[in-house]
Amino acid sequence: MKILLNNREEEFDKESFSINELLILKKLSFKMRIIKINGTLVQKDSYDNTYIKDSDNVQILYLMSGG
Amino acid sequence: MKFSEIKSHLAKFRVGIAGAGGLGSNCAMALARSGIGTLVISDFDLIVEANLNRQFYFANQIGMKKTLALKENIERTGSATRVIANQIELNPDNIPLIFSGCEVIVEAFDMADMKEMLIETVLIRMPGIPLIIGSGMAGWGKNEYIKCRKIDDQLFVCGDETTEVSEDLPPMAPRVGIVANMQANLVIEILMKK
Repeated sequence: MKILLNNREEEFDKESFSINELLILKKLSFKMRIIKINGTLVQKDSYDNTYIKDSDNVQILYLMSGG
Repeated sequence: MKFSEIKSHLAKFRVGIAGAGGLGSNCAMALARSGIGTLVISDFDLIVEANLNRQFYFANQIGMKKTLALKENIERTGSATRVIANQIELNPDNIPLIFSGCEVIVEAFDMADMKEMLIETVLIRMPGIPLIIGSGMAGWGKNEYIKCRKIDDQLFVCGDETTEVSEDLPPMAPRVGIVANMQANLVIEILMKK
């Protein structure tokens, strides 16, 4: 499947996977973040049971301390 | 468009600012000078000496409540902006009440966990209200990495999205000020389209 990850097209072998699988696959380990799929916020406790499908728009925003 | 026309348009709006530290104080000053009608500013903190390297306060204000000192400093510019100062710690229950009626909300916290709490609360409980985040502004230099990114119609992020504050990478006036003013600039861009 092809997805849009932070405005960049990425291709994967699988047909679908959970957000947690994506985070492991892409080695995205930084914990302070906001994830939206097709404009909808995914809450932290749903990372295991929320699935990403073909042509989804996934936005990950990292929150850095400082201000 | 003349500045007087811009100002009278911006005077119709209310903007929420969550935090009155480096981002919030500088962003609020820029918005007040631009003529925003009302600023709703929330913070629970008092001014300490360490704040003065980047926050819009003065040495004789040390010990004062940040929201009240900021209101005072805005008034000193002669701006007609009305400031509603809430000396309170924001949480998921009070955020929708405090910022109700705001056309745009600026996230201006320093701690990442507070940023996350505010974003989740606004996205879930205040759908459709544009929220402008500051993320990544520690240290100095690297002008070319500071940018503004539109996530979607509701969520925007200003900053380099990379540098986190640490002992060797403290927050400093130039980069924090750049991001705060980018946030203010984006608030104005959003409101000028209304």
